[in-house]
Amino acid sequence: MAEPVITSPHAESKRPFFTEQRRSRITAYTFISPFFILFSIFGLYPIFFTFYLSFFKWDALGPMKYVGFKNFELITTDPTFWISFSNTLIMGLMGTVPQVMLALLLAVLLHSGMTRFKKTFRILYFMPNITSIVAVTLVFSTLFGNNGMINWLLNGIGVESMAFNSGWWGVKIAISTMVMWRWTGYNAILFLSGLQSIPMDLYESAKIDGANRRQQLFFITLPLLKPFIIFVSLQSTIGALQLFTEPYVFLGQSGTGSTRQEGITMVTYLYSEAFRNGFFGTAAATAVLLFLVTILFSVLNMLISRGGGRQTGGKKA
Amino acid sequence: MSTLRMFRKKPDDLGFFGKLGFYLLLILGALVSIFPFYWMFVVGTNDKGAVFHVPPLLTIGDQFFENFKRVLDKSDFFQALGNSLFVSSMVTVSVVFFCTLAGYAFAKYEFPGKNVLFVFVIATLIVPQQLGVLPTYVIMAKLHWIDSFKALIVPAMVNAFGIFWMRQYISSAVPTELIEAGRIDGGGHFRIFWRIAVPVITPAMATLGILNFMTVWNDFFWPLVVLKNKEHFTIQIALQQLFTTRDGLDYGMIMSATFTATLPLLVVFLLFSRWVIAGLTSGAIKS
Repeated sequence: MAEPVITSPHAESKRPFFTEQRRSRITAYTFISPFFILFSIFGLYPIFFTFYLSFFKWDALGPMKYVGFKNFELITTDPTFWISFSNTLIMGLMGTVPQVMLALLLAVLLHSGMTRFKKTFRILYFMPNITSIVAVTLVFSTLFGNNGMINWLLNGIGVESMAFNSGWWGVKIAISTMVMWRWTGYNAILFLSGLQSIPMDLYESAKIDGANRRQQLFFITLPLLKPFIIFVSLQSTIGALQLFTEPYVFLGQSGTGSTRQEGITMVTYLYSEAFRNGFFGTAAATAVLLFLVTILFSVLNMLISRGGGRQTGGKKA
Repeated sequence: MSTLRMFRKKPDDLGFFGKLGFYLLLILGALVSIFPFYWMFVVGTNDKGAVFHVPPLLTIGDQFFENFKRVLDKSDFFQALGNSLFVSSMVTVSVVFFCTLAGYAFAKYEFPGKNVLFVFVIATLIVPQQLGVLPTYVIMAKLHWIDSFKALIVPAMVNAFGIFWMRQYISSAVPTELIEAGRIDGGGHFRIFWRIAVPVITPAMATLGILNFMTVWNDFFWPLVVLKNKEHFTIQIALQQLFTTRDGLDYGMIMSATFTATLPLLVVFLLFSRWVIAGLTSGAIKS
């Protein structure tokens, strides 16, 4: 393993160029500086400014007016905000939970020694993830049309057609399906690499101790896969809370339709407050609330994953 | 070896029907993954009414050029494709250069605050983009960069994932002795980076380049916020603009455009799939 150039006093005395320590430090700082400069301007400063902005009334042009917590009051008394909030959670749940479970199942199938063409399957499962969300949404809007293929299939198994592009649940099902399609394979590949990192001899010795396949699953595979499960569910949760492009494109056919209540999300609400209505203050307040919700759900996610691990008898891997 | 053993052992546990179900599930998953791509092409090559044909039409038609002609009437499709190509290339060249440089510094140099700074870089990965979008928009307005490619390129010129990815790779791929030898021979810092490190790490740089290109190419939210005029639209915005009910949804046209816009990335992915998958999944595996 290659170690970094060590500059502890002990090592310095051995190094012929230790007098250049200063120069080498300056070089290092120069090499990493582009990121820190750009991030301060376009990352850090905007984040702080968002918090600041959430206490002002501003249209992005005129003077800013301090209003205290008025913006938060305004949005929390706006029914549309709460619809966007619940939509985000509902679609998040519908898109994420089955997705993670399906991904886990696919990964286990792919990992099984029986599977041939593993590489081909991996590529095929990954393909949805490289497609742009706009393209995904456009394709699925044809499948979810009133006379589209999904309704045809539903009719085929004796279920009535659903209004996927206007119904309260229809829209949510359609959008969650798009999210699932794009991410299930990706997560399955992640889980697969997790499974591949579990040493085979663990299973061998478990078999010698007489563990059956279910016991192997619950006492070896799942506990050791836990870091991956935590990562995937965390990433999916954060992604779900930022849902924007799918509903925006799917419902936006007639220009203003993307704020339709069946599919409005928190980010759509933020976007339309700022860039349609010019209310930068309330939009900033929305961003702050979105951030708090994100933190809340990330923590919850960690807690649930931890608890789940204890139940199956898994300690820290 | 162990897979071979498993291969012999498992089928007798599952039995014929178990095995059949096993493969059916895997193949069903694969079909669901690729069907929308095929469907894109089916709709794009058939006439307007084909999309809602009962039973669904599954054969490729011959109307592609007819459909695509209407795309060209309705949008500056190739202009948008060119814009996306320009923006994505500029960002990618810059990201690969600056991230490699920073990753190299984090992997091979020792300096005060190194670990704290690196943790900071990683921490920026979890901050949602939307948190800073309003002030960033205001900055762009102040700089008069609204509706210009600068607004898309400059903030994206270097990113945390790239630094992380390059650091991981450089740590193990570039021998420190080689760098030290270069120093003893009196090579300048940048010269050593360019002549000794870069040739060894081109595979990682290529992967980062492909990943970054795809991300920028597929981006929608930020271009939607800052681009105003048709002639500056990126391909994703142009596609979204085609999707209007103004004169009835012309799915043949929309899908011929979508397919054309998706194809280049699909080809790149299939050519470099191993690298792309490794790159896109590395965040989870290495953390």
